[in-house]
Amino acid sequence: MPATYTNPRFPFRRPLALGRAGAEEARVVIVGGGLTGLTAALDLARRGVASVLLDEDDTVSEGSRAICWAKRTLEIYGRLGLGERFLRRGITWNTGRVFFREREAYSFDLLPEQGHEYPAFVNLPQYHAEEWLVAACEDTGLVDLRWRNRVLAVENRADGALLSVETPDGAYRLHAGWLLACDGARSGVRRALGLPFTGQVFRDRFLIADVVMRPPFPAERRFWFDPPFHPGQSVLLHQQPDGLWRIDFQLGWDADPDAERDPGRVAARVRAMLGPGIPFELEWVSVYTFRCRRLERFRHGRTLFVGDSAHQVSPFGARGGNGGVQDADNLCWKLAAVLDGRAPEALLDSYDAERGPAADENILHSTRSTDFITPKTGAALAYRDAVLELAERHALARPLVNSGRLSRPAVLADSPLSTTGGGAPDGMLPAGSPPVDAPVLRNGEPDWLLRHLNADGRFTLLAFDDTGLRAPAAPPGVGLVVVAEREGAPGHLPGVLFDHSGLAARRWGCAPGDAVLLRPDGHVAAGFRAPAPEAIRVAHGRALGRAAA
Amino acid sequence: MTASLRTEPRLADPDGFYAALMEAHRGLDDDASRRLDARLVILLANHIGDDAVLREAIALASAAAEQGGG
Repeated sequence: MPATYTNPRFPFRRPLALGRAGAEEARVVIVGGGLTGLTAALDLARRGVASVLLDEDDTVSEGSRAICWAKRTLEIYGRLGLGERFLRRGITWNTGRVFFREREAYSFDLLPEQGHEYPAFVNLPQYHAEEWLVAACEDTGLVDLRWRNRVLAVENRADGALLSVETPDGAYRLHAGWLLACDGARSGVRRALGLPFTGQVFRDRFLIADVVMRPPFPAERRFWFDPPFHPGQSVLLHQQPDGLWRIDFQLGWDADPDAERDPGRVAARVRAMLGPGIPFELEWVSVYTFRCRRLERFRHGRTLFVGDSAHQVSPFGARGGNGGVQDADNLCWKLAAVLDGRAPEALLDSYDAERGPAADENILHSTRSTDFITPKTGAALAYRDAVLELAERHALARPLVNSGRLSRPAVLADSPLSTTGGGAPDGMLPAGSPPVDAPVLRNGEPDWLLRHLNADGRFTLLAFDDTGLRAPAAPPGVGLVVVAEREGAPGHLPGVLFDHSGLAARRWGCAPGDAVLLRPDGHVAAGFRAPAPEAIRVAHGRALGRAAA
Repeated sequence: MTASLRTEPRLADPDGFYAALMEAHRGLDDDASRRLDARLVILLANHIGDDAVLREAIALASAAAEQGGG
């Protein structure tokens, strides 16, 4: 029983459709009220799209799940109105420290440059984030949260999906115009549709021990290869709020999961690690194995797979939860545009085209990390140890040390929605890139660039000017944000952001007269030098999936 | 195609190099020897620093084992 957190219990409300003939209609149904499903529901609601969210349980995630929230995820939650809470409640860290046997091999800084609203990572247990998401969804009045509603059957049809839903008070049928399967790695929707989920199983076991303690360690990620207190295996330590620490012990494939869960045995491992001087309490223990696998396609007609239901990775690199949030970020503006009639249904194919490669990238990194952390042959072990032996004194070996390549935002290279080669200046952030933050001044007050991009949920034309007196015209449906090199003469455009440090222009690779078209998820759709209105209009159309074949 | 792996003999003192390599391995058990070789590969790979050349070398080394022997 966790000492630092008590799961809320959400009330079951009797669905109105119970006992009625025929199926209830909903435009959007989300299956799974976990991190991904709740994020998708909130993102859709922020765009004015109502949804029904079905969850078989009546609470947020139990015990220790995702803890490391990457910068891009925090920026997405910033857009959704929750970013501040992660910063306030979570533990911020930028430093990773790697140990080999009894010595420190080296340390690294994940965000060496200043001038970003959000740090490289914030650590926070997943249940806090989910609880905030539930409250935020409720506040919108657009999310119909249905706890203890279990999906029994799914019939995928041209006009959506027909669901059979079971509740404590009986069963009903629900027809979803669009179905988002956010029901996790063991997705029932995926199984109901008979879709194969293929990939690699790793023959290793890991023990998670969350402990409460007040040790003298700073907030940083610590990773041990072959430490004296756990010989031949690896150990990972992360700080969470409330005196909670996550320790991840590699156990090897032959470990007996039941025996390893024994609290006395776990406590002995933790004591060996911490030494006798640091008292601690065990909060949570689990033993897990993992796989890297994915669905071949994430879109099946009007059913879309989001998060772990679509792809599963190892925990090294914080790519599971962060990947799911970025899936939702990618999908929701597209679904809203299709539902509003602003885009053809084919726009949703780009969700698969963009997030498929992102999932592959996550799986590739995750697989490579795992191969480094758990060498399977004598040669692999020799090379790994050789890299670590060199790393302490020779910087050349450090890039080869792979204790998890920590989640970075996907660059949507080759996206069908991108306009490339159309006069974007050299050095400009390329099409497909995620947005980059910078400090700015607004009406003389310190502010952040990203807060103003896509703030209204629409496309944004980000225009760079010298004085903020001029800007290109944004086409209908596109908001305008002007960044000025110098504080403008009286009469500059309203809401101009002053790039007082020059970091915005440098990070975006833009000079006065340049402009960047950003999609509602902030990714670059196109870049221009002295754009003609027609060029912006065409790029906007392409980014909405209206490109001519 | 930029640089490619140079395969003509280039060592000024091949016997001396070989002897230095053997000397480095002297007294090491198999595991330690293996790690020494691995450290050498990593140092030399970083020195070369050209991904195409390194991949060519890996391919050549792998093929030599398949074709060799007899």
